[in-house]
Amino acid sequence: MSAGITRPVTSAESVGWRIDDIGPDEMILSMGPQHPSTHGVLRIELITDGELVREARPHIGYLHRCFEKHCENVDYPGVIPYTDRLDYVASMGNSLGYALAVEKLLAIEPSPYVQTIRVIMAELQRIASHCVAVGTYGMDLGAFTPFLHLLRDREKILDVFEWTCGARLLYNYNWIGGLSHDVPDGFVRACREIVAEFDKVTWPELVNLLIGNRIFIERTAKVGVVSRELAISYDLTGPNLRGSGVAYDLRKAEPYCGYENYEFAVPVGEGRHGPLGSCFDRNWVRVVEMKESARIISQALDRLEKLEKTDVREKVPKRAKPAKGEVFARSEAPRGNLGYYVVADGTAVNPYRVKVKSPCFTAMSAFHHVARGVMIADIIALIGSFDVVLGEIDR
Amino acid sequence: MDALLRLFSLIPGWDQNVPAWASVTLAGLVAAGLCLGFMSLGPVGYVYVERKIAGFMQDRLGPMRVGPWGLLQTIADTIKLLFKEAIFPAAVHKVMFVVAPCLVVTGAFMGFAVLPFSPTWQAADLDVGAFYVIAIGSLSTVGLIMAGWASNNKYALFGAMRSAAQIVSYEIPAVMSLIVVVMIAGSLSLQAIVGEQAGGLHNWFLWKFFPLNVIAFLVFFTATLAECNRTPFDIPEAESELVAGFHTEYSGFFFAMFFLAEYTEMFVASAMAAVLFLGGFAAPIPALQTVGGFDIGPVWLIAKAWALVFVHMWLRWTLPRLRVDQLMHVAWKVLLPISLFLIVVVGGLLTWPATANGFPWDRWVGWLLSALLFVYLATTAARAWRWHARQVREAVA
Repeated sequence: MSAGITRPVTSAESVGWRIDDIGPDEMILSMGPQHPSTHGVLRIELITDGELVREARPHIGYLHRCFEKHCENVDYPGVIPYTDRLDYVASMGNSLGYALAVEKLLAIEPSPYVQTIRVIMAELQRIASHCVAVGTYGMDLGAFTPFLHLLRDREKILDVFEWTCGARLLYNYNWIGGLSHDVPDGFVRACREIVAEFDKVTWPELVNLLIGNRIFIERTAKVGVVSRELAISYDLTGPNLRGSGVAYDLRKAEPYCGYENYEFAVPVGEGRHGPLGSCFDRNWVRVVEMKESARIISQALDRLEKLEKTDVREKVPKRAKPAKGEVFARSEAPRGNLGYYVVADGTAVNPYRVKVKSPCFTAMSAFHHVARGVMIADIIALIGSFDVVLGEIDR
Repeated sequence: MDALLRLFSLIPGWDQNVPAWASVTLAGLVAAGLCLGFMSLGPVGYVYVERKIAGFMQDRLGPMRVGPWGLLQTIADTIKLLFKEAIFPAAVHKVMFVVAPCLVVTGAFMGFAVLPFSPTWQAADLDVGAFYVIAIGSLSTVGLIMAGWASNNKYALFGAMRSAAQIVSYEIPAVMSLIVVVMIAGSLSLQAIVGEQAGGLHNWFLWKFFPLNVIAFLVFFTATLAECNRTPFDIPEAESELVAGFHTEYSGFFFAMFFLAEYTEMFVASAMAAVLFLGGFAAPIPALQTVGGFDIGPVWLIAKAWALVFVHMWLRWTLPRLRVDQLMHVAWKVLLPISLFLIVVVGGLLTWPATANGFPWDRWVGWLLSALLFVYLATTAARAWRWHARQVREAVA
């Protein structure tokens, strides 16, 4: 191959690039799975010409744990601890989606009290998850301090989770038809303190230190542009989709757990410092979403105080054995639409099939498209802006 | 060395019995030993201070377990690094792999030779001291490229190439702003440069031709910051991109040498900035130059250098990292034009006849150009600040 002539690499070559795939000045760079900023065990194969990246191909599967096969061998409630391990940064959202699916299958409607707690937990989890996402994103770009500030505030949320259900990372909290534990006394006050501090201290500090920083903006604003069309065609969801300017949020579009009762905005990317759908926009959506989550939590806490307390395990079935049928339920997890497709054969206490539709997987599938022609440092900025969690991609 | 030679001659019969070459050699060795000791022990302090500063900025304590307030943490770390196995991956070029960290450390260490700690405490008062520091500073580039190449690792190679490009680029604005000082002092000797600034705060070159030299100082500081590979210019070892850059494959003592070199370079660069612009060992108030009859020049130099080292650390724990092209942009399109402009204006101010035809042209032209540059930079800074404030305000709204 002569210099300067590049041929597109076909998707059929799935094993890896070989020496005749690259030009004379090019090099194959394997980034990951042991790399500090591939957010887990992702491997990206790059064809680079100096600092420029011609092609990038992600390789996934290093964290494959046979989640879906496991689900077929445990009973319906037994799946919930496994769902926690999908997106381990936001476990509350995972179990919520699964619980919603099985409740649909069993035709159980949890009490408003339970639903309100679920909303509070999901939104607290969203803040905690976005704290990690935005913090590690800053770290990817070399700013270490915002990460630790955000992790400090995430700790407070985890403390509340631990107080409620005894776990800090993998909660097993959203049960089918209910919750594992009721919230403790003083929960509302603790949450209000977290929200107040988040609004007053953490958020302005984050914007001042990281988001408004000139270097941060220069590094992210014109990089990794995902157009509206591309985002929709690759089925990006959550903040990745909204970063491209599409105001689609399942909490508004198909409300569940009583989200229709809360007043909140759906932040979208504005293309503030460059083209719409850049890394900055995706990150910005997460930052604003944290604030909206804080708003929802405040409203939900007000609601919780007025609601009559019910036993949170009241509707949890003693033995979940749904009739033959199949169901698909999805919810807005911090990283996007997390869908569960559950098939029951009507004879067994374990699911016949569980299939997860993962938001990070679709985000990763658009990655190679955006990663063409950027620089190596931008690859890192790009992975961080999609905010993928490999536990959910590989399952 | 002068101080040491004088010390030797205090010994009865030394001058009669010891040949001159022997006492000079001995003094040189002792001076080198002192510098080496200072260089090796310094990082123990810097690392501790840096970790404490980082802890303070990140709302945590930093090292607390080893010794009171974690004071012995760095010593424990050093011992650990010394006793760790130095791993040689199978495919490295063994000779270059070993020579590279030695070269880097040597390059950083040799800068000490001309640092004037007091009129007499200086290992060698070269006539071309300022030039020597810049020249020796580039030696470490060779070591970094060797390390990157010998490691036989693509990340290390990337780090080495980045570092070469970066140091070569940033040396130019550093030298250009150094020339400004050299022109004012009329000498490349660091003793002479400090001598010109003696007699108090107001004599520092920082204030000469205000605000021109303040700008020169900022250019020099930024450029040396980049030469030390510190954030926001730490792309050669960018952790999140290149794992550890040129020292990815190094472990144990060889890794410690890179670490040592980084902190030494940081000190030398800060001390150079102090010598060139902040009066070096000259006290800000002449009365404080001696305490009880002893010249405390070294204390002043080290204090000034450490103050600048603190700024290095402050920046490191605040700012994100630039990308390669942005880094080059800063060097070639921002710092270099400014420093060239400074050379022209300061040179003009210095060479212009003080009064031509009875009119003080130098003052008028100089002040006019200075005022223009100052207004330009001040408005730029104000615009940048307003811009940041607007970002924050809009975001909060």
